[in-house]
Amino acid sequence: MNNEAIKDLLYKMADDALVIGHRNSEWTGIGPMLEEDLAFSSMAQDKVGHAQALYQILHDVLGEKSPDILAFQRSEKDFKCCQLVELPIGEYDFSLVRHFLFDHAEMVRYEMLVTSSFQPLAQLARKIKGEIKYHVMHADTFLKQLAHGTEESHACMQSSLDYAMPYALGIFEKSEYEEVLISEGIFAGEEKLQEKWLEKISAIVNGAGLKMPEVPDSKIVYGGRRGYHSQYLEPLLDEMTEVTQIDPNAEW
Amino acid sequence: MNTNNHTSTPSPRHPVTSLDPRINRLDLHRTKEGEQTNSHLITWEVFHQDKRGKQPVHAGIVHASTPEMAMIFAKEQYARRGKTTNLWVVKTSDVYTFSYEDEDIFETTPEKTFRDPAFYKVRERIEAFQAKNKI
Repeated sequence: MNNEAIKDLLYKMADDALVIGHRNSEWTGIGPMLEEDLAFSSMAQDKVGHAQALYQILHDVLGEKSPDILAFQRSEKDFKCCQLVELPIGEYDFSLVRHFLFDHAEMVRYEMLVTSSFQPLAQLARKIKGEIKYHVMHADTFLKQLAHGTEESHACMQSSLDYAMPYALGIFEKSEYEEVLISEGIFAGEEKLQEKWLEKISAIVNGAGLKMPEVPDSKIVYGGRRGYHSQYLEPLLDEMTEVTQIDPNAEW
Repeated sequence: MNTNNHTSTPSPRHPVTSLDPRINRLDLHRTKEGEQTNSHLITWEVFHQDKRGKQPVHAGIVHASTPEMAMIFAKEQYARRGKTTNLWVVKTSDVYTFSYEDEDIFETTPEKTFRDPAFYKVRERIEAFQAKNKI
């Protein structure tokens, strides 16, 4: 199997999960209501757990450094996350819309990976299936609720959707390994993923009475997968690694 | 449990306004229609079932505007640890209770030991049988 191709896939998945997990955890303690504060925080924690599991595979199976080093001691340029996950949390409507767009893509990706020829990933996909199902259930429920809520909540959801969509389409930025991943049965590819994702979210967005934004190809925000990030990633990493940087070799 | 609604005649259908002490303490449930500030959502009672076939057990409340939202919240509030197979949510206002004023209807129940399975004579025979057969 082509290890470089698998590493590339694992890094982008892990970095996406770590960064969105960190972002969403910024709501902890200031969520809109107690129940939602807890739910959103738990899901953020799940995301960090997914990142940890993926870094662990990189370490155990592919000889990369330990999960802590991969998470806390790589430079911004080495991160492969898409720019969608880097954006600041904004208002709650944006965080919810991002959660909706990202988690649907994640669910479809893991569904496709259940049959991956790379066993460790196929096993992980089976293990976290239920967790991701709840994340999507939560996102869909909120999207519907707020889209049908008041005029204001509807408008907020629509404008966040319009703002987030060009970034969300950047999730599916192709890597140089697409063909290898597909031919070796590791992953069916970003194009296929995007197609299935679009079909799913369009039905839910339209069903909620919102409009699917039309995004011309030239407006899609690519770059993250190749290490080109928005201005927001560096400060996030600085904050996330603040404690580690004091003494990177400390024993916990 | 709501104890604000005293009834002069005993009634088995006593609507629970809220099981949330915050709402009862502030008398929020007395807010008249039109005065609603939307500062709080209605409450839902959550029942937790740990195994299929077992009785769901009351776990607590969540605030939510719809059953769907209540279930989404119930999952994280009451199914975050241990084993869960299902959750039920019921709108708090759909739960009826007696008034605590009528607690005397239960007063003599603890005396009625003849209703305990252990009361019956057969118990002695079972014990004798067990002793004889060393079970």
